[in-house]
Amino acid sequence: MCRPLLLEMLKMEKAYEGVQVLKGARLAVAQGEIHGLVGENGAGKSTLVKILAGEVARDGGEITWLGRAAAVESRKEAQELGVSMIHQELNLAPHLTVAENIFLGHEPTRGGLIDRAREISETVALLSNLGFDLDARAPVRRLSLAERQLVEIARAVARATRIVIMDEPSSSLSTREVEELFGVVRQLKERGTAVVFVTHRLEELSEVADRVTVLRDGETVHEGPMPRREFAELIRAMVGRELRDFFPPRASSAGGAALEVRDLSRRKDAESRDFQNVSLRVCHGEIVGIAGLVGAGRTELAEAIFGVKPADHGKVLMDGKDVTIRSPEDAIRCGMALLTEDRKHTGLSLNLNVAQNITLANLTAVVRKHVVDLREEERVGQGFLERLRIRAPSTRQKVGRLSGGNQQKVVLAKWLFRQARVFIFDEPTRGVDVGAKAEIYRLMKQLVESGAAILMVSSELPEILGMTNRVYVMRDGRLAKELVTAETTPEEILRYATLGEPEIMH
Amino acid sequence: MDDRAIETPVSRAEPSQAGRSSLRQWFERLLPFASLLVLFILLSIVSPYFLTVTNLSSVARQSAVINILALGMTLIMVSGGIDLSVGSVMAFSGICGTMVLQSGAPLSASVAGAMLAGAAWGLLNSLLITVLRVSPFIATLGTMGAARGLTLVVTNGMPVVNLPESFGGLGDGNIFRIVPVPLAVLVVLALLTGFILQYTRLGRYAYAIGSNVEAARYSGIPVRRYVAALYVFGGALAGLGGMIESSRLMTGQPTAGQGYELSVIAAVVIGGGSLSGGEGSVIGTMTGAFFVGLISNGSNLLGVSPFWQQVLIGAVIVAAVAFDEFRKRRRAVA
Repeated sequence: MCRPLLLEMLKMEKAYEGVQVLKGARLAVAQGEIHGLVGENGAGKSTLVKILAGEVARDGGEITWLGRAAAVESRKEAQELGVSMIHQELNLAPHLTVAENIFLGHEPTRGGLIDRAREISETVALLSNLGFDLDARAPVRRLSLAERQLVEIARAVARATRIVIMDEPSSSLSTREVEELFGVVRQLKERGTAVVFVTHRLEELSEVADRVTVLRDGETVHEGPMPRREFAELIRAMVGRELRDFFPPRASSAGGAALEVRDLSRRKDAESRDFQNVSLRVCHGEIVGIAGLVGAGRTELAEAIFGVKPADHGKVLMDGKDVTIRSPEDAIRCGMALLTEDRKHTGLSLNLNVAQNITLANLTAVVRKHVVDLREEERVGQGFLERLRIRAPSTRQKVGRLSGGNQQKVVLAKWLFRQARVFIFDEPTRGVDVGAKAEIYRLMKQLVESGAAILMVSSELPEILGMTNRVYVMRDGRLAKELVTAETTPEEILRYATLGEPEIMH
Repeated sequence: MDDRAIETPVSRAEPSQAGRSSLRQWFERLLPFASLLVLFILLSIVSPYFLTVTNLSSVARQSAVINILALGMTLIMVSGGIDLSVGSVMAFSGICGTMVLQSGAPLSASVAGAMLAGAAWGLLNSLLITVLRVSPFIATLGTMGAARGLTLVVTNGMPVVNLPESFGGLGDGNIFRIVPVPLAVLVVLALLTGFILQYTRLGRYAYAIGSNVEAARYSGIPVRRYVAALYVFGGALAGLGGMIESSRLMTGQPTAGQGYELSVIAAVVIGGGSLSGGEGSVIGTMTGAFFVGLISNGSNLLGVSPFWQQVLIGAVIVAAVAFDEFRKRRRAVA
């Protein structure tokens, strides 16, 4: 590499609510290079670039900008250095026009008023300079997702940027749109702007990136030139953590099919689907994983099976019998439970206390003659507190004050009290510290030993490999592959999740 | 698996945090009562007429209607909703009830009629909210106008008069010569509402829905049905309030209850209810309602014009909400 360094982030540290996300990560970007930042979900990529953009305060570490120490403590400071960030979820005002969005916060003024004519003419010049085919006067809400991305990029360039960070820019784009995006990225490079490209998709990255940094568990494990064809080394670096004996021994005996899904599909809009033609089976005494990248449609599938947003095509069978599930009520009546990925939003009532959350899905069991038996409820709550070792001062504690792991146990207790038999866990250990993780794994294990069936959506490969009997890999709304966990490798799972055309299963 | 490694940090962090927060919670819970007490003492000092049986009994009568309406509003607001139509519905039901009474039906039938009319408006509100998915604020703003308008249409703007003498007992009578009837009705209803909130599915689900409607849905609670029940209950109480108000005036007034929504919502919010749902209690609401009642009584005694009273109540409600928001922000930071 002959270009001089633009920036270097050294020994970056960051923890969220006690969970260490970055552990001394390093990122060095040369002037005008396209730099890929890759890693598994949760490796700390987003956090690292957000620190660079001044959106997240670091706990420790140094940032060097053109050889000098830089503080980068706010978005404003980052912008003054010349850092622009394009987010996964776009930050545009839909009711404003392209020009208004590009100059938002930096409007050209004359005599204290916005100089609309100049705003438009500068935008037109900028867009044609970049080769973007966009109408400066069009309201952003009328643009496609890809066009909006272009607006974001134009905005970044308008701010005389030295480096543009793109956080998973291609996750919502079609192949053609990705091509266009890459054209723009190369153009930026020609103008001497560096680009940090955060992504999962190695093949795509190989088309544009000069160099690549691999993060794993908050540490930088690999830095080097971006390979053009052979990704084995990168994939190994992304996954390569040894599986600690943290996981309880795998459940062995599987009974009959507890949950079976046949040919399930759901439309998203006119052209696309959340997921399609999904068929899978989970037996009693078995943990089955669904692996895949964020956005592959795994959560959508789980919620459809549970009736939150029902599928519009396909069948669900429980214990071999057809069931109609149009709402969570139906699913629960059939003995299903969903432990959602977003506990605070869909799993818990934060204003209610531990006992009240546990009885929420089965209040009838503590109601005598239309009256809630508070003493019985307390007894139930206390029982689960001890049985699941939920660390709360009492059952009267509001669940909002518990740690992530203990909150997850409260949700689990809720479904145990409902006597569910088929559990869908969506990211069961997200936001849960390592110790509580092991306990949740142990509880899941006990569940299947008692004959329950578990379908586990997880982005953590070690979890998939350590816990499941079988795993379905999902990609772009389809099941790309079914694998027997004992016979597969993280590399294989990641390959099906990231690369190539899916092999459609029926 | 090493359990102690998990346990130590948690058990070290939690007691002190819990202790501090429960102290703060106590302070917040006691604040409405303390304010009521301070206002009470203040009024006793500045006005010689305040601490008399006649005056206090009149405060009780005046506050009772607001209070009864506020009980229904408490349930609705606990579930994260709001009912702006409460004053209009009260007037509409009062007219319905007094017209039934005028036609010669017994008091019980006319009260039942009024409560039924109120419940019907509650059902309409809930359908607008759950089926048409109009936000509670807008749905009840609409029915607030509609109910008032229909009341005026039905009565042609004229009060319903010539009601039987005995009807006055509901609003102005006393039990054992000392306890005002409206106060007795209020106490019974408050016990009932408190019981519903603490001991029934309806109450528990109201808290659950107000606290996190998504989590409630994911837990299999039939949210629509329970939201409907809450608004129907609130409407029925508004109907009863309408009859008590009519009895005190001995007429059915189509303009009754104008601006009551302000006092009623103020009562709930002062009593610790939250506009974002999940919080509120009967005892708090009653404190809030009496607080509002004392403000208007005190203003009367001190010769403050009724116009200024509205300004005052408006200011109090904004202050209570601002305090609620401040409290939440601080909790979020903590």
